[in-house]
Amino acid sequence: MKNKILPFIIIFIFGIIFVIFYKGLEDSKIYTPDINAKKEIPDFNTKEFFSGENMKSSNIFDLDKIYLLNIWSSWCVPCRQEHSFLMKLNSDNKVNIIGMNYKDNFKNAESFLKELGNPYKKIFIDLDGTLSIQWGAYGVPESFLIYNNEIIKKYIGPLNQELVDEINLLIK
Amino acid sequence: MKFLRFFLIFILSFYFSNANAEENDKRNKITKNLRCLICQGQSVYDSDSEFANSLKIVVDKKLEEGLSEDQIYEYFKIKYGEWILYDPSLNKNTYILWLLPILIFLIGGAIIYKSFIVKK
Repeated sequence: MKNKILPFIIIFIFGIIFVIFYKGLEDSKIYTPDINAKKEIPDFNTKEFFSGENMKSSNIFDLDKIYLLNIWSSWCVPCRQEHSFLMKLNSDNKVNIIGMNYKDNFKNAESFLKELGNPYKKIFIDLDGTLSIQWGAYGVPESFLIYNNEIIKKYIGPLNQELVDEINLLIK
Repeated sequence: MKFLRFFLIFILSFYFSNANAEENDKRNKITKNLRCLICQGQSVYDSDSEFANSLKIVVDKKLEEGLSEDQIYEYFKIKYGEWILYDPSLNKNTYILWLLPILIFLIGGAIIYKSFIVKK
């Protein structure tokens, strides 16, 4: 009796382990953030970049308009690379670019904009990084495409020509 | 009288530092269970990256707002997905992870029972 059941149990256990490992092979171990999930934009209070006046998120984003929220900082090197693409997007005038100045100092940020140009319709500040967490952001640079108070797409890392083409296609 | 006042201050300061420590413990526990998403193999508690530092501030704020530990986890789960939690909840993707140890334990128990206890 014992000798008959034991091999079956062993085969059964190995079977389960095999199935689990086999399933595990298919899974990608590289963590990829969910960039296509539609999410409501968060509600927040902040300060305007130039004047330092209090601002509400509802005053920044209107319904029925397409926005590109760009998180940037003067100390962030990739932000410099993507800046020319932002300038180009702004000159096409199809999308309103909003800037979120991340953990920056006003003087440096201002000279950054003077040097490279200002593509932003509005800029607000995120001094301690808590706003970017509310947005579900990972760091700088990062861009969110927003329509009707919903995040349509998230771009982690600097924008390049390929992504700009994609944005142009999405906002048509 | 002077002594009494001194004593009172002493007791009060002790009381407040104690309350503060409790808050810190809770915050440390929560940040240890949150994965620093831009680091490799580090929790938010261990990391000193910009992302982790901002996250710690948010945890503090949420604790001040009076949110419970689970509510804070839920908040970050909505923002960043399940991956941010080191302690995943039971759902269709993680049921094997949770049930396998129990299953192996039961099968092992059955084998031991069959081969040692029934034998006698």
